[in-house]
Amino acid sequence: MTIETTSRKRAGGAPRWLTPLLMAPSALWFLFLLVFPLCVVVVYSFGERAQTGGYQAAFTFANYENIPARLTAFKNTLMLAPAGTLICLFAGYPLAYYLAVKVRPKNRLLLLILVIVPFWTSFLIRTYAWMFILGSRGLPSLLEWFGMPHIQMINTQAAVLTGIVYGYLPLMVFPIYVSLEKLDKRLLEASDDLGATPFGTFRQVTLPLSAPGVITGCMLVFILLMGEYLIPQMLGGGKVFFIGNALVDLFLQSLNWPFGSACAMGLVIIMLVTVSAYLKATRSSGQRDVSLM
Amino acid sequence: MLRSYSTFIYLFLYAPIVLIVLFSFNSGNNAAGLTGFSVAWYGKAFTNRLMTDALQNSLVVASVSSTLAALIGTMAALSLQKVRGPLRVVFDGLTYIAIMVPGIVIGIATLIAIETANEGIREVGQVLTQWISQWLGQWLTVDPGLAISLPIIPKGYDSIIAAHTLFSMALVIVIVRARIAGMDRSLIEASMDLYADPWATFRQITLPQLAPAIVAGFLLGFTFSFDDYVVASFVNGSRNTLPIYVFSSIRRGVTPEINAIGTSVMLFSLSMLVVAQFLLRRQSKGKPAAA
Repeated sequence: MTIETTSRKRAGGAPRWLTPLLMAPSALWFLFLLVFPLCVVVVYSFGERAQTGGYQAAFTFANYENIPARLTAFKNTLMLAPAGTLICLFAGYPLAYYLAVKVRPKNRLLLLILVIVPFWTSFLIRTYAWMFILGSRGLPSLLEWFGMPHIQMINTQAAVLTGIVYGYLPLMVFPIYVSLEKLDKRLLEASDDLGATPFGTFRQVTLPLSAPGVITGCMLVFILLMGEYLIPQMLGGGKVFFIGNALVDLFLQSLNWPFGSACAMGLVIIMLVTVSAYLKATRSSGQRDVSLM
Repeated sequence: MLRSYSTFIYLFLYAPIVLIVLFSFNSGNNAAGLTGFSVAWYGKAFTNRLMTDALQNSLVVASVSSTLAALIGTMAALSLQKVRGPLRVVFDGLTYIAIMVPGIVIGIATLIAIETANEGIREVGQVLTQWISQWLGQWLTVDPGLAISLPIIPKGYDSIIAAHTLFSMALVIVIVRARIAGMDRSLIEASMDLYADPWATFRQITLPQLAPAIVAGFLLGFTFSFDDYVVASFVNGSRNTLPIYVFSSIRRGVTPEINAIGTSVMLFSLSMLVVAQFLLRRQSKGKPAAA
């Protein structure tokens, strides 16, 4: 309402044409770099592959029906993305709890920053570090030196999961921390005074109150994991690949743009469904304070 | 127990980084283990023409795209205050889609959009050629080699910058709008009551209040752009950015030079992050800033 009063006060103030003018550049950007490209993908997904690769106009559902040909990529993504999300949750929750409830306030900020810092430093380099560690000259050779048998570490699902947890843990910890930090500590004391066991307090007080943070964290990690390309590429070595890797292969190697577009649509649709489910869940519980951003 | 668990997590988070830094100062080759202290790999990395070119490209792309994003994004965030109804819904939706759709899909979509547009441009050129030679043919003989070639969309700086600006712009819109929502309206009203014109109010009241958010958005956009491999790798044409160079050297085989580059890059992103976090924190008045 304040907006209306201010605009009334400045009658003859900011000119009418200002708003469209301010919006024009971003609107153009959205139009030419988001809407148009995504429309091209949608149109192509119903087309046919031209003889020499690329796209030929057609209207067919064949590309969508063909998606099972890349089932492994979808299966890997739909298995490893939730698995990675869950591991991040189980690994991250105790840390978030520790930071929000147990740590002395004096040290809290520093410890929190230490969690976030890796997330904003080069993802490529951090994943490369694990290539180095899990590669045959890294951890496996160290273990062999101790007399253990050779274990293949890199190019396995475990390696990809390690990279995932390493890369995305900070993103899980942060929202959970935020929701735990808001939690009124007196509630914990009250629960304790009423004779609840520590576990009972956790299950009946802490966990439900941190649910928004948990949901947001899982959501963030899951969304980003669905589109992950670098981790499977570097730590999965072509053996464990995600939809993202299949897309690169389809577009750049097989030059099958229509099929690639259909797979991309599949990915986007899965994500949209997940996000709308998330939005619905958070709206209905009235928990909008820990937002996606 | 929680304490030792947390220590373990911190070790897990930092051990790989420490390893990279450690080996960047190693005098020998990676595989031979640590053999002695040396900065030779830094010298090698920073005298490597391919790497310095890529670094320069990355700095140009990151600074131009995040500056554009800060400008355009702030403009959009400001104007959105006055927009209601379907237009607002569409804009909000597009902002979230720009952030949410995976880089890999954005990269591919942008690439095939450019190719499609260029094909269209070439066809238009052909049609134009035909028309014009027919029209001219009424009066004179036309050289059959006549061809009108319209400028096509290049792949390189422009396309990488444009693609990065999309994501960073959406980030700026979200961050600045959050700031606008939390802004103290009474100051603006006071300014109006004191007969300041809208432009003066904007410059003296609104802009200073938004500044931390704008700068934070700029820095986050810069960090994203500087680190992005996926989107850039589709639309780069023949221009390499630093992540593209690093990724291709990793594929060719692990060289200790990458450790030196990696350490430098991490140090650089770290300093950007420190500034961004500082600003975001100041903005939210003590409340921890969203990552």
